[in-house]
Amino acid sequence: MHKLYIQDVTLRDGMHPIKHQYTKQQILDLAIALDKAKVDAIEIAHGDGLTGGSFNYGFGAHTDWEWLEGIAQHLRHARLTTLLIPGIGTIKDLKRAKDLGVESVRIATHSTEADISAQHIEAARNMDMDVSGFLMMAHMNDATSLAKQAKLMEDYGAHCVYVTDSAGALLMDEVADRIKAFKDVLEPSTEIGIHCHHNLSLGVSNTIVALQEGANRLDASLAGMGAGAGNCPLEVLVAYLNKMGAEHNSDLFQLMDLADDVIRPLQERPVQVDRETLSLGYSGVYSSFLLHAERAAKKYGLDTRTILQELGSRKMVGGQEDMIVDVALDMLKKKKP
Amino acid sequence: MKKAKIAIIGPGNIGTDLMIKIIRNASNLEMAAMVGIDPNSDGLARAKRMGFVTTADGLSGLEQMDIWGDIDIIFDATSAKAHHQNWSIVQKYPDKKIIDLTPAAIGPFLVPPVNFNTTKDMQNVNMVTCGGQATIPIVAAVNRITKVHYGEIIASIASKSAGPGTRVNIDEFTETTARAIEDVGGAEKGKALIILNPADPPIVMRDTIFTLSENGDQIAIKESINEMVAEVQKYVPGYTLHQEVQFEEIPEDKAVFIEGLGHRYGLKTTVLLQVVGAGHYLPAYAGNLDIMTSAAMATGDKLAQLSNL
Repeated sequence: MHKLYIQDVTLRDGMHPIKHQYTKQQILDLAIALDKAKVDAIEIAHGDGLTGGSFNYGFGAHTDWEWLEGIAQHLRHARLTTLLIPGIGTIKDLKRAKDLGVESVRIATHSTEADISAQHIEAARNMDMDVSGFLMMAHMNDATSLAKQAKLMEDYGAHCVYVTDSAGALLMDEVADRIKAFKDVLEPSTEIGIHCHHNLSLGVSNTIVALQEGANRLDASLAGMGAGAGNCPLEVLVAYLNKMGAEHNSDLFQLMDLADDVIRPLQERPVQVDRETLSLGYSGVYSSFLLHAERAAKKYGLDTRTILQELGSRKMVGGQEDMIVDVALDMLKKKKP
Repeated sequence: MKKAKIAIIGPGNIGTDLMIKIIRNASNLEMAAMVGIDPNSDGLARAKRMGFVTTADGLSGLEQMDIWGDIDIIFDATSAKAHHQNWSIVQKYPDKKIIDLTPAAIGPFLVPPVNFNTTKDMQNVNMVTCGGQATIPIVAAVNRITKVHYGEIIASIASKSAGPGTRVNIDEFTETTARAIEDVGGAEKGKALIILNPADPPIVMRDTIFTLSENGDQIAIKESINEMVAEVQKYVPGYTLHQEVQFEEIPEDKAVFIEGLGHRYGLKTTVLLQVVGAGHYLPAYAGNLDIMTSAAMATGDKLAQLSNL
């Protein structure tokens, strides 16, 4: 049995709701506080991973290097981690993160495209980093095929592979099927992770289902700070783990305080299940599209839900934020006689 | 006018599509030889059936054959590594030119409607990447009206059209394209993103270009882009603007923070393109592969025309 491992994503996925605008001081203070509350890993990067800053995804208040610099030396318990999406970030970027004290990385691809991660996973291994494969939009691939993709990542050298429900679209049974399929094909030494979005209010439930099926690396963020309706809320997850008697390191009350006193006041656009974020889960749309779709809806006088629905039916994948304006302009053309 | 005789190295999807394009559409090129390294390859067999000289002994094999003396232009559709070897052979014959479709980029980048005239005398030219061929003309079209600080491109391609070469080295795509956005497109800073979409039926290639430039005449920018699209259409008929050009002024107090440039403001221009392939050998959705072979053929055609003048 692998030890339960809680990874905080407040400072990476949590970049989305505030358009990647954390200050350096906020990142430092939160990293220190999360370390004190003993989460096992703290992920820091632009919401779309290293060098995600762009017109397409939003420019950050800082570069990844500025955010990462000077954090590692303050961590006593937690591992400093980051995320890289091949096609956006490169091995050069990974090396730079490693030089800033990052010990662990997740290499993220769409749920059918694991083979573009080979180069990056191998590079991370060669740098002696802990490395995970991160299969995004897991609802767009069936359990057996997704497990084959996970096996590829294991073959490239991943220590762990995640079921990543980027659209918050998976039902509880669907999470269970995917974790079971992973268990069937992966080596026992390979860890399994779960990353949820709360769009169908299943952030905690799906995380627990995954845990019960054999996942041991659980992603969560303070007050759910993350794209769409957010991630699995960390403090709620820890409360649940306490009640079920699971062994972990994190301190519930410290996390509750951070969630309510520090994070919630930052959420200009409330991170919650509402008609827009529910539509993400319902239509199977990448959660990070939310603010971009809301902006396009406002600019072109359209309904956010309809845009999201159309993006879902066009089977857009993570990273195709440029297609939001495209969809909006297409809808505008149809509206006009 | 005498046509230039050409050889293609690499009888895979790209090499075969290029061969068919040259046979059907080239004005000044004559297909002569197909070069491979696998005697059992389908592509070599096809070229042989069509009556062309073939060899499975690589370019050094062709070098030993009688036809070598007649070859004017060589298209390299192999890999970066193989290109280094092929170049070491071609280099010995200064009257022959090589058009490199691999990521090796030993010679300068060439995007036909942008910088043909400044690179035409080089013996070895490189075709950048599919995303680069599709987007750099647009960056250049903005830059010839007003200074482009930053050019960002997103290439979305069907998973089925991303070959193993792209997949095992996706960093090569982002890094090479970003560099060419600067070197050829004229942006002070370039950035490239690539997305693979597995949807079935496969999606047609889409390219989005964002530029941040100094404020300029929006009508002139739009016209410049439209003219450039028409230029590319001459050799890639399926290259179209999918939406009207979009503009947004970014004021100084809302400057964006761009890595490597710092805070910048000005005019944001958004161009949404679609690239439908000609469907010669590759399917129509693979506009990304089509634009490479089309750009290479256009380059060869122009070079051949020059040498006859």
